[in-house]
Formats: sequence, structure tokens, C-alpha cells
Amino acid sequence: MRWKPRLVPELPDEGQLWGVLAEYDTVDTLLVAAEKVREAGFSRWDVHTPIPIHGLDEAMGIRPSPIPWLVLGGGAIGAAAGLVLQWATNAFDYPFLISGKPLFGLPVAIPVTFELTILLASLGAVAGLFIFCGWPQLHHPLFSVARFLRASNDRYFISIEAADPCFDEMKTRWMLEDSGAKAVEELRA
Amino acid sequence: MSIPDIFQEERRLGVGAERLGRMAAGVGVAAIAASLVLAAVTAGGVRRLAFAYLTSYAWALSLALGALFFVILQHLTRAGWSVVVRRLAEGVAATLPYWAALVLPVLVSMGVLYRWSHGDVVAADVLLQAKSAYLNVPFFVVRLTVYFLVWLLLTRFFVGRSRAQDASGDPAVSLLLQRRAAPAMIAFALTITFASFDLLMSLDPHWFSTVFGVYYFAGSIVGVVALLTVMALVLQRSGLLRHAITVEHYHDLGKLLFAFTVFWAYIAFSQYMLCWYAALPEETGWFVRRQTHGWGVVGLVLVLGHFLLPFLALLSRTPKRTPRLLAVAAGWMLLMHWVDLYWLVVPEVSREDAVPRLVDMTVFVAVAALGTAFVIWALRRHSLVPERDPRLAESLAFENA
Repeated sequence: MRWKPRLVPELPDEGQLWGVLAEYDTVDTLLVAAEKVREAGFSRWDVHTPIPIHGLDEAMGIRPSPIPWLVLGGGAIGAAAGLVLQWATNAFDYPFLISGKPLFGLPVAIPVTFELTILLASLGAVAGLFIFCGWPQLHHPLFSVARFLRASNDRYFISIEAADPCFDEMKTRWMLEDSGAKAVEELRA
Repeated sequence: MSIPDIFQEERRLGVGAERLGRMAAGVGVAAIAASLVLAAVTAGGVRRLAFAYLTSYAWALSLALGALFFVILQHLTRAGWSVVVRRLAEGVAATLPYWAALVLPVLVSMGVLYRWSHGDVVAADVLLQAKSAYLNVPFFVVRLTVYFLVWLLLTRFFVGRSRAQDASGDPAVSLLLQRRAAPAMIAFALTITFASFDLLMSLDPHWFSTVFGVYYFAGSIVGVVALLTVMALVLQRSGLLRHAITVEHYHDLGKLLFAFTVFWAYIAFSQYMLCWYAALPEETGWFVRRQTHGWGVVGLVLVLGHFLLPFLALLSRTPKRTPRLLAVAAGWMLLMHWVDLYWLVVPEVSREDAVPRLVDMTVFVAVAALGTAFVIWALRRHSLVPERDPRLAESLAFENA
């Protein structure tokens, strides 16, 4: 799955309701259910599938990720840093003539600039994963559900967190049961 | 997601295309006549005409070769996404026989273009004597013949089999093309490399750059991906392939255009920096000619227009998924690719100034117009999609996940 807003689970106290998990056995029912959850206005929810599903992003209403902007920012800072570093060290702070080349020659400064651009751009992407995906996340309440193991094999799931403002213990459950789910289960942390 | 039924829509070029082809051919012939008149009435006009022709010819040839590469690449990688645009590339590659015939003016004007073709020049030049085992007229002609034979055979095989599959629907054709793609790619790489050495690099027979072939190749792929994008949009605007080509295919063409624009810059810079750093006279002379007397401006136009501007314009997702914007960028890159060849060729005839002459423009119009007519003639007898390619359904349903 791609990035979703504010999905980092807050671990509630022992035995407290974390949310509900619904299981589906076909992609079609899953897509219809996902649209229904989106239309109901939920924000703290997710879909879990073993395969990429075309059209799921639209069904879930996932907005474009902000990570490219971090990558762009990282790249721009890297490019500037590379140029300034080489100019400052070689032509400004400690002018040093090497084999008759200009103190600051743009052609020879490009490789380092290029590498720093790539380095900081990719670090920007990694930083985005920490910020937006809640890395590092070593445990998730869903891992304690036996049926959830099939999320990496042959079943599709929708989970809705109790922390969602739209969440209502009974109504949310009924909504999922009506959406064609094979099974709906409450999760306690 | 339902797969669009492309068999409900028009898949062949109609009378509009026929008319455009005839018009383009007419414009081409008129522009040839204008070029010849211009060459005859201006001082040094014939000499300039030879170089102008080589510039635009190398531009058009690179597009046809790039298309051949594109087709072979799709089979080599067993690509599913590209089936709906592959026939367009096959159409561009199928113009290679015309370009094979149109290499004749280059051979005729060899004496004007290539210093090394004169015995007395070679006799007075130690470097040229050392290279004369390779750079001599008979071997040059033999090599060009071999290149074109290889390209025509590859085109005949890859384009011909694909068209035949429209009728037979035999999936074994796809497997055969896939098996032959790897050796074909090796043959292609060797021939385009040496062809660029012979046609373009030997204009300055003292200069050498081992990466020159890759440079020409990189530009040719930028050119052909841009051309395919423009062709796809024009066809869709005229009501063809409306359902077959989707924004997902444009997105992938956009990614390739972006990638090869960056690759071109990478190769161009590698070539430049090594010469700059070593500062050996036999290597720098070529660049000095391209940085003095106004040629530096053309170089900067390339740095900005062939790299920086398209890099920024194509960096994000939106322009690649907006066919109209992408086609504007693609048209721009086609033009920049021509400027690149102008920068490669014309400094050898006009060291004192970089200003294009009218004859450069008329020859460009002639070659571009004739090329348009050739592509239409190559495409008109066949469906615009490989109708019974086993991966067609995959291509129609393709999505960038």
C-alpha cells in the first residue's frame, strides 16, 4: 500500500478496543467495501491485500504522496551543498591550484554535486517513510489476529481503528458486515 | 477494470492520412528544390548544402534507428505495456529503406564533407596516414553498405514478422522475435556505433571519442520516444486508437523520455569532462571549435534546452500523465535533437559563426516532410496495433501501479 495519512496506530490500554477487521475473499467485494468505508468518511483505516490491486487507490481515495517534495528538497539541498562545498574548500577558504585548472572549475565539480544530489534526494525519501509511515514500527495490533496471516496469501482485509472520529462500535461493525465481508472481528490490544 | 474493446474502433489510417502524406511529400519536394536553388545562388552554397543535408539526414536516420531499437527492446524485455505503441515504432523503423536510398547524397558529397577522402590531404598529414587503413573511401562505402544491410534485415525480420502475426495470430512469432532480440541488439549496437563514427565523427578525422556512438544513440532514443509520443497524440486527436492508448502508456513514454534525456546529458557530460580534465590538444580542439565564435551559445542552448529544461519539466508525475503537456515537451525534444546534430556537424563547415543559414532550414523541412510521408506510407497498409499479439490484452489493461 502507498502512503495514507495519520495511520500510525496508537496502542490503547490492555484489553481496550483497537478497532475492527473485516475479511473478504474477492477483489470485487473488497473494492466495493473500500468505497463504502471511504464514503462513510473514515480516515484511520487501511486495506490489506496480498497483491497490488488496480483501482484500489481510487476506491480508497488515497491522495498523492507528499514524499516527492521531500525528494526534491533533498536533491536541491544536495546539489547546492555539493557546489558550495567544493567552491568553499578549494577556491575560497584555502585556494589551491591543481594542475593549472581554475580554482573552481564547474566541470570537475559536477560529479560530487551529482552524487550529493542523489544521496540527499534518496535520504529525503527515507525521511519521508519515517515521517509519514511512522517508521520504525515494530508491532501492530493486527499481527495478533490469527486470520490476518492470510493477508499475505489469499484474503483481503479492511481494518478500521476505534480512534477514528467516525467510529462507532456497533454501527461500524454492521457497516462492514453489510459490505459483503466473510467475517468481521473486533480487535483488542 | 474493464479492458477496452479496440476492435470496435478504427485501427487503420484513413483518407486524411493519405492526404497528409501527399501534402508532406509535396512540401518535401518543394523544399528540396528550394534548397538546391539556394545552394546554387549563394557563395559556398553547395558546400553548406552538403553539411546541412548531413545534419538533417543524421537527425532523421537517428529516429528510424531509434525506432528499430525500441522495437527490438520490447521483444528483448518481453514488454507487455508497449504493445499498443509498438506498431507506431515499427512504422518509423520501416522507413529505413528510404533512408538507405537517401544516404546517396552523402556519398556523392563525400569530397566536400570528409577531408580524409582526399589523397593529397592524407599525404600531408601523419595522423591521417596512420588512420588511412580505416578512413578510406572504398572501405567507407563498404561499411555503410554493411550497416544498412544489417538494419534492413533487422527491420524486415522484426517488422515483417509482427505484421504477419496480424493475420496468423501465431503466438510462436512473439517467442521467435524474443529469442532473436538479444543477438539483434548486439548487431544494432555495433552498427549504430560505427555508423556514427563514420558519418559524424570522421568530419574531424583528427578527433576521437570512444563514447561518441553512445552519444548519438542516446540522442536517437530521446528523439524516437518523443516522436512516438507526438504520433500517439496526433493519431488520437484524429480519432484513431482512442481506446487503445491510455494515459498509462503516455506515462511510460514520458518516463522513457525523461530517462533518456538524463542519459544523454550524462553521456554528453562524461565526454566533455574527460576531455576538459585531460586537456590534451588532440581532444580539446573539437570542443574549442564548439565553444568559440558563437558556438558556445549553441552549446548552452543544448545544456539548458536538451537537459535542464526538460529535466525540470518532466521530473514530476503530472506532466507525464497529461498527454498534451507531454507532447509539447516531446516536440521540443525533437527540435533540440536536431540542434544537437547541428552542433555536431556544422562547426566543421562554419567555424566563424553559428548562425543557421536558410538552406539549413529548407533542408530540415525537406527531410522532416519526407520523413512524415515515409512514416504514413509505412503505416497505412497495416493495423495501427499488433492485433493478435498475445500480450495485447496485457498492454490494453496496463496500469502504472
